[in-house]
Parts: sequence; C-alpha cells; structure tokens
Amino acid sequence: MEEISLKAQELFTIGSFHITNSLFLTLVVSLTMLAVALISYRKIKIIPGKFQSVVEMGIGWLLELMESMLGSAKKAEQYFPLVATIFIFIMVSNLSGILPGVGSLVIRNGGKEVSLFRSPAADLNFTLAYAVISVIMTNIIGIMAVGVFPHISKFLNFKNPIAFFIGILELISEVAKIISLSFRLFGNVFAGEVLLTIIFFLAPYFVPLPFLLLEIFVGLIQAFVFAMLTLVSISLNTAEHAH
Amino acid sequence: MDIDTVRLWATVGVIAIGTVAPAISIGFIGSSAVKSIARNPEAASKIQTAMILAIAFAEAIAIYALVVSLIVKFVA
Repeated sequence: MEEISLKAQELFTIGSFHITNSLFLTLVVSLTMLAVALISYRKIKIIPGKFQSVVEMGIGWLLELMESMLGSAKKAEQYFPLVATIFIFIMVSNLSGILPGVGSLVIRNGGKEVSLFRSPAADLNFTLAYAVISVIMTNIIGIMAVGVFPHISKFLNFKNPIAFFIGILELISEVAKIISLSFRLFGNVFAGEVLLTIIFFLAPYFVPLPFLLLEIFVGLIQAFVFAMLTLVSISLNTAEHAH
Repeated sequence: MDIDTVRLWATVGVIAIGTVAPAISIGFIGSSAVKSIARNPEAASKIQTAMILAIAFAEAIAIYALVVSLIVKFVA
C-alpha cells in the first residue's frame, strides 16, 4: 500500500527550490492550457467551428452568471478574467488529477518510491496561493471601484466604538476567508485522493467507478464554489452605497 | 494510555463528531431550497445557485474536521 502523505513529495531540486509532484502536474496542466489557448486563438473564425462554439457557450454561461450576481454587463466583463481563470484552472487541475497515471506512475527518488504526478490542489501551497491571490485581488478591485478611503473605512472606522469593533471583525474575516478558501479546496481534493488510493487498493476492478464519478463531481463543484466565492466578495466590495 | 492510542482515538473522534453538525445543516439547506423552489418555480436556477454555495460553506466545516484528523494521524 503506498503511503499517504499530507505534503506533496519532492521530485528533484533546482538549486534550493524543491519541485514537488503536484507542482510538476501544475506546470504540465498550465503549459497544456496555454498551448490550447494559443492554438485556438490563431484559428478564430466569425462562423465558429465545434471547439470554438463550445468555448463560446461556456464563456457566455459564465458571463451571464456574473452579470446576474454583479448587476451590470460592464462590470461582469471587467472582472471576468480573474473569476474565469480561477474557475477554469482549478477545474482543469481537479479533472487532470483523476487521469490515469496520476498517483500510479512512480519514480525512484533516493531509495524511496515517489509518484510522479499528484493532483495539483492536493498541495496546500497551490490552494493557499489561489486564496491569497483571490483575497488580495478582491480588495484591490474594491479600492479601484469605490476609492481608497471608502474601502479602508470598512476596516478602520473611528466613528464610534461599535463601528471600530466591527471593522476589526471585518479584518479578521478577510484572514478567515483566506484560510477557509484554501482549506476547503485542499481538504476536498486531498480527501478524494486518499479515498481513491484506498479504494483502488481494496477493489481495483469496477468498484472504483462510482468513486471516480464522485471525484469528478467534487472537482467541478469545488472549482465552481471557489470562483463563486471570489465573485461574491467582488460584488460586495464594489457595491455602490445607495444613498 | 500512551500517545499512540490517544492519537488513534483523536483521529476517529474528530471526524466522527465533526461531521454531525455539517450533515444536519446541509439537510436544512436542501430542505428549505426545495420548499422555496416549490413555492416559486420560476426562481429555480437562482435558488439552486444559492443552495450550492451554502452547501459548499457548510461542507467546508466538515472538511476542516477532516484536515485536523489527517494532521493528527499523519503529521504529528
């Protein structure tokens, strides 16, 4: 039975930087997505072919969802890159973690056997990076939308003691948002990996099918939830105060 | 009781107790979403989006319990 490790295992080092197996799969996934995006960008036509229609349908669906949350189509197009990148990248990473070969191809690293690929979000660094980016970007978007002082006055409000206390709570809630976003994605994907490892060890034929379906479903839902939570923070931060 | 026995019991206890409340709350969320869709079928997709979001929040608490139990078992 292969050992289950909370930390991503290291494959090799470049200088003093360790390349772990989930970092390796993240690189492979992002290079693949870049290649697909560049190739399909060259072939854009006015009358779309099959791949372009599917992509346009997906983008239209996401834009509609963002518009219903944010209220205006202009804002939806403005904040689309951040939300769509989070959604698409996390979805493709989660789905690529279920592909055959992930977790089963092993290499020998200094005497121990280490699997070559590991689901990208099963590394806390990946999810923590996304959570920090999401929270910092929603705050920057808030500052750009309503101005520096109105945004800061949500957190540091010296009007009366109660408002000051609420400001401190808002600050703590931003930090809690980072922790909850990162741990939600990490916990779901890592638990799915552990579940699949155990099920493939116990009953490798036919029985893993419902668990693989569950993993696909959970991967899609978690990507959707991460993007939606970012979207909700953006819509809260850019809401103009009704006077 | 030595530390390894305590560790084993802690792993089991955290995840067993920690998933009770999220399970109940997900049941509540699902039931109120179904009732409100029955009341107003036109708003079904909005209610569904809000329901999925709320269920993800509630499930995150269970995931925290799972992560704590995994840390207790595998890290220290």
